[in-house]
Amino acid sequence: MTQAQFQETANIEARGTEPADRHWRDYFTFNTDHKVIGIQYLVTTFGFYLIGGVLATLVRTELATPDSDFVTPELYNSLFTVHATVMIFLWIVPAGAGFANFLIPLMIGAKDMAFPRLNALAFWMIPVAGVLLLSSFLVGAPQAGWTSYPPLSLVTAQMGEEIWILSVLFLGTSSILGAVNFAVTIFTMRVPSMSLNEMPLFCWAMIATSALTLVATPVLAAALILLSFDLLAGTAFFNPTGNGDPVVYQHLFWFYSHPAVYIMIMPFFGVISEILPIHSRKPIFGYLAIAYSSLAISFLGLIVWAHHMFTSGTPGWLRMFFMITTMIIAVPTGIKIFSWLATIWGGKLRLVSAMLFGMGFISTFLLGGITGIMVASVPFDIHVHDTYFIVAHLHYVLFGGSVFGIYAAFYHWFPKMTGRMLNEFWGRVHFGLTYIGFTVTFLPMHALGMQGMPRRVAMYDPKFTTINVICTIGAYMLAVSTIPFIVNVIWSWRYGPKAGDNPWEALTLEWMTTSPPPIENFEGIPVLATGPYDYGMEKIQNTGERLKLMLRENAIASSGQKRGIPIAEAQASTFFSGTATLVEPESEINVDSPADERQDSN
Amino acid sequence: MQQIPAIDPAKTELNYHHSAEVEAHGEEHPDHRMLGILVFLGSEGMIFMGMFAAYLIYRAMAPMWPPEGTPDRELLLPGINTVILIASSFVIHNADTAIKKNDAAGMRNWLLVTIAMGAVFLFGQVYEYTHLEFGLTTNLYASCFYVLTAFHGLHVTFGVILMAGVVWRSRTEGHYSSEHHFGIEATEIYWHFVDVIWIVLFLLLYVL
Repeated sequence: MTQAQFQETANIEARGTEPADRHWRDYFTFNTDHKVIGIQYLVTTFGFYLIGGVLATLVRTELATPDSDFVTPELYNSLFTVHATVMIFLWIVPAGAGFANFLIPLMIGAKDMAFPRLNALAFWMIPVAGVLLLSSFLVGAPQAGWTSYPPLSLVTAQMGEEIWILSVLFLGTSSILGAVNFAVTIFTMRVPSMSLNEMPLFCWAMIATSALTLVATPVLAAALILLSFDLLAGTAFFNPTGNGDPVVYQHLFWFYSHPAVYIMIMPFFGVISEILPIHSRKPIFGYLAIAYSSLAISFLGLIVWAHHMFTSGTPGWLRMFFMITTMIIAVPTGIKIFSWLATIWGGKLRLVSAMLFGMGFISTFLLGGITGIMVASVPFDIHVHDTYFIVAHLHYVLFGGSVFGIYAAFYHWFPKMTGRMLNEFWGRVHFGLTYIGFTVTFLPMHALGMQGMPRRVAMYDPKFTTINVICTIGAYMLAVSTIPFIVNVIWSWRYGPKAGDNPWEALTLEWMTTSPPPIENFEGIPVLATGPYDYGMEKIQNTGERLKLMLRENAIASSGQKRGIPIAEAQASTFFSGTATLVEPESEINVDSPADERQDSN
Repeated sequence: MQQIPAIDPAKTELNYHHSAEVEAHGEEHPDHRMLGILVFLGSEGMIFMGMFAAYLIYRAMAPMWPPEGTPDRELLLPGINTVILIASSFVIHNADTAIKKNDAAGMRNWLLVTIAMGAVFLFGQVYEYTHLEFGLTTNLYASCFYVLTAFHGLHVTFGVILMAGVVWRSRTEGHYSSEHHFGIEATEIYWHFVDVIWIVLFLLLYVL
């Protein structure tokens, strides 16, 4: 393995070792550098996001009027099916994998992923599967929804259904290979001085995500293989006419697809845990609680799948079990939410775009989580099952959670990926448009669902027209909101201001190398000088000097009781600069923030 | 200010567990290649688990299993097949033992024996398919039987291809040695995995 890797590295070096020497053509090759693959992932999936957005806009356009006048009902079915599949399997899941690809080796101080070529394979499956899925429109796209329940999926658009199955199998394979890579990289490639509990929280989130992916995704593959046999060979696994049982498919499907929603949100839990302390200038609150609650969510996420099937004839005692376990998931999630709130509590907030999206994430995801508790309770779920309430809930957690997290990560790590800053003003415009458009689109859907408008229908009762028109207006706002972002990214990539190595004054390892990082990421093996979240206790050279001055001024200025933290002797650190400076140990200095002073005065 | 020493070539390894620094640290990370194989095989096993779960649900719900009208299953041929596959697991372990003693020729011979056993197993499967009295769509049991055994047969085929690849690569003198034989270990682990899956499958589909 290493031999081939060295050969590959040598090939890259022949083209130039500096990322600045990279030609744009390098991003269209089977490159094995994890940074290139990460950017390939992100750009590709963002393209699919735009496609899925177009499909969503078409869906909302159709729903602006009660009659089916814009597209035929069959095409409408295809639109929402492909929209869901593209958004889930081709945008959110791979986008999380893309950020993980770019960040994990940098965060743990590795030179590359554990299996670079496997990594490239996992990426290149995605465009293939995406093109395959979209090509189904030529032969009649699938019409059974992204859940593809039999027997409906056995009788409608069979060819498109088979294409859908193949495409999802491809994407599942890609997902598994990526997860193997992340898990092995995190467990075996950390710098020698970094224990598991000194990792950035994003890596913990990716451990939990990978575990879920590895356990759950193959079960979907099993379900889809059996469904393929039903479609093509005339077997009757899920066909009631041949003693088959459609509910078995639902069990297998949801055994993957419930963990899938955690696969989609967990990386962005990690992203938010990274972003909030950096822009609050405070240590993260409850590091271990956040890290281990991810693992708890992983475990619980695997045992709650049947809460999607309360109305599928699930017996009462089983309903109770799944209702209770589902509600227990609120506990680790609540631990995370409150830890984040405690992190930004009393911090010196820098309201840059990444932070705005991070805080937007907390608010929208919280609302989505609360509606999740509502639909977890059986009586309420029976009332709103397959109505727009469910649509509202899932979009609150997937758009308001995952997509906001993706945007936050984009704004936060774009300087590291490209060496240039995004435009702050247009970032705020983008945030405002997204947040307002999102709320206008999905908040009214709760009411729509409570009143009983079913999902996946092209024609509805005219009494729902008003709210649907509001939702459609919001959808157009969301469509418009991506324009500033796209223009911003393209323009900043070329002409943006130079970012420098550490524009956010962060402490995790990925900021200790150049932007964009060189081929081998670090010169030699980086040595950890601080924990990942020791903000307000900086000892690191590049941010430490200025902060030391600030701290000294604070110490002089504050006449209150000194509750200082002695600064330990800093270790020599081998960073990008190639030099290391020992910071002289000081006497006790006061590390304070406005919150501390308030506590003192109380 | 102090200058950082020049980069130690030993540290340019992709993984750090051979660098002097780690040895001084007294900490060794596990071999990432083996961990990757194990994690992947665990994931692969979940596909079979999903299918077994479906099979068990069908079995639990059916009033009679196998359903009415299924011909009795002949246990002799699959029994012989099972014995062959389990024995081949021990045979491939001999190949691993041989290469650990730097005996490439012995390793190759043991692998060839294992390939032959895998091929016999596959041939037995195909022979059984052609002589069974029920088809893929006869009833639910028949469908489960064919899909599960064929899916396992696919894995056996892949294992045979892996071993053939190892034999092909070992034709160069010194390609595998007592220090460098991960490909053989990985193949062995995969073959054990296929074997264990078959034991479960045999118990579920034939015996019970």
